[in-house]
Amino acid sequence: MNLRFFRAGYLTTVQDAGRRGFRDAGVSLSGAADVFALRVANLVVGNDDFAAGIEFTHGKIEMQCDDDRLISWCGGDYDVAVGGFPLKAGHAALVTSSDKVEVTGPRAGARGWLAISGGIDVPMVLGSRSTDLRTKFGGFKGRALRDGDELALGQPRFMIPGELRSERLSKWYAPHPWISTFGRRPQLRCVPDAGASLFGTDANARFRSCAFSVSAQSDRMGVRLTGCKLERDESGDLVSEAVAPGTIQVPPTGDPVILLNDCQTIGGYPKIAHVISVDMQSTAQLREGDEVAFREVTLSEAEALTAERARDLQLFRVGIQMHFE
Amino acid sequence: MTIEPLGDSALIVRLTIEPEADPARMIGIVQRVAATIRDARVQGVMDVVPAYATVGVFFDPVTTFEMLQSHIAALLASPKNPRLDRVTRLIEIPICYDGEFAIDLSRVAQHASLSPEEVIIRHSEGEYFVHCIGFTPGFPYLSGLPRELSTPRLESPRVSVPAGAVAIGGNQTGIYPQQTPGGWNVIGRTPIPLFDVAANPPALLAAGDRVSFRRIERNDFNRLSG
Repeated sequence: MNLRFFRAGYLTTVQDAGRRGFRDAGVSLSGAADVFALRVANLVVGNDDFAAGIEFTHGKIEMQCDDDRLISWCGGDYDVAVGGFPLKAGHAALVTSSDKVEVTGPRAGARGWLAISGGIDVPMVLGSRSTDLRTKFGGFKGRALRDGDELALGQPRFMIPGELRSERLSKWYAPHPWISTFGRRPQLRCVPDAGASLFGTDANARFRSCAFSVSAQSDRMGVRLTGCKLERDESGDLVSEAVAPGTIQVPPTGDPVILLNDCQTIGGYPKIAHVISVDMQSTAQLREGDEVAFREVTLSEAEALTAERARDLQLFRVGIQMHFE
Repeated sequence: MTIEPLGDSALIVRLTIEPEADPARMIGIVQRVAATIRDARVQGVMDVVPAYATVGVFFDPVTTFEMLQSHIAALLASPKNPRLDRVTRLIEIPICYDGEFAIDLSRVAQHASLSPEEVIIRHSEGEYFVHCIGFTPGFPYLSGLPRELSTPRLESPRVSVPAGAVAIGGNQTGIYPQQTPGGWNVIGRTPIPLFDVAANPPALLAAGDRVSFRRIERNDFNRLSG
C-alpha cells in the first residue's frame, strides 16, 4: 500500500530518528531535525517511536494514501488538511483512500514532521531509513521527494480505533510545547565547551548577550548566525575532533554556526558551546530573519531536563497505547 | 588525559601526547582507547569516534556524563588491557597518477621544487597511518606525507572533485570517496571504492590502519574499475 505525492513541496524527505553507530566511518546522523517531534507524531498514530516519517519545509504538498491510515503532524506553523478538514498539530486523524492530505506554509518556523500509521517503508540502509542528502543514500532513493513519487507504507501495529471512523479527529493529542516548537526570538540553552576559554572574556560575554540573526545560508548542516563576531585569542585552525548536532562552532569569520543533523562528523573550528538536547526542538525551527540568543546552563540542569522529558514521554506513550488496545 | 563533555549527549576523551611523538605510537594509543571503550559495550554508548589525539563518545540519556566518565576512567586505568596487542591492519591502495587524474600535480611539484615524477615517487612510497575518518563517509585523513610534498589547500575549493581522487591538503593526504566539492590538491585517482553502504563495514579504512600506495598504470586502473 502506497503514499502518493501529487505535489512534493520543497525539500521534503523521509527521515526517522537518524543513523547511529557509523559516525566513526564519517557517516552523518541525518534523521529528523527534531527527533522528539517525530517520535511524538509517531506515538499519536500508534507507531513505534522510531518509525520513518516525512520531514517537510515549505511549498505546497499534496498526497494521498492507497488505504485507510492514521495521520498526525508536529512542528512549525503550517496548515494541514485531510479531505478538506483542518488537522491541528499533535492530533491524529483518519485519512481514507479518497482523502487528499494538503500541507501549506509555514507562517512561522522552518520544518514539520508527518507520521502515518505503519510508517514509511523504504529500505533500511546502515540501520536507518533516514535520507543522507549529502552522500545521497537512504530514505527514498537518497534524495528529496519529487512530484509523482510513490512511497510504500508499512503494516500498522494497531487497527484504527472505532471512534476515529465517526469522529475525524482523535480525542487524544500531544502536549502543546512538544508539538508547536517555533518562536521568533527563541533563547537556546547551552552548556559551554571546554575550549570556550580560547575565546577570552569579551567574546564569551558577547556570546551570552548578543541577539544573533539567522542567515539565509542555513540548512540541515547548520544554522548560520550573524550579528556579533566572536574572536579567539589565538588564531589558526585546531586539530579536527568529533563534533555533534547542537555543537556551536566558530569559523575564522567569527560568525557562529549551530550544527544540525547533516553536519560532518569531525571539525577543526573552535567550539564555544553546545545547545542542550531539549532545545534542539527550537533550533530545528530557526529560519532566515529569526533572532536567537543563548543562555548558559549547567550540564546537570541539561541532563535533568532530558531525563524529565523522557519520563513524560513514557507516561504519554503508555496513555496513548490505551486508545489503541 | 582529560574527559570533557561535548554537549549533554557526548563527551571527548582528550589524550595528552607530546607534539613530537612518533605518529605510529600516537595513533596506537588513541586506537587502544577507542577499542577499549567500544569493546566494553557500555550501556547507552552509540558511537565512538577517534580523531588524532581525541576519542568522541556519543551516548543516549540512559547514562550520564558523570557515570560514563567514571566508567571510562576505570577502563583505561585497568592494567589488564587486552587491546594492547591489537594487530594493526595494513591496507594497500592502488593509485594511478596519470594525466587527467592529476590536475594539481604540477602545482604540488612547483611548490616542492621537484619534478612531477619525483612527487609521484615520494607520494607512492610513503608510509601512512589513518588518523581519522571524516569530512564525508569513508574519507581518510592520512599522516606520513613526506614533508617536502606538503602543499597549501587551494584558495577556493573546487565545486566538484571526482570520486576516488587522491589529494594533498597541507601536510596530510587523503582520498575523496565520493564526488564532492573539495579544496585539496588532486594528484591521482584510485579505482577501488572507499565507501559502500552495502559493505560491512561500509568504509574501507578505519582510524589506526596503516596504508601504503601502489602505483598503477591507466590500463590497470581501467581493469580494476570493473
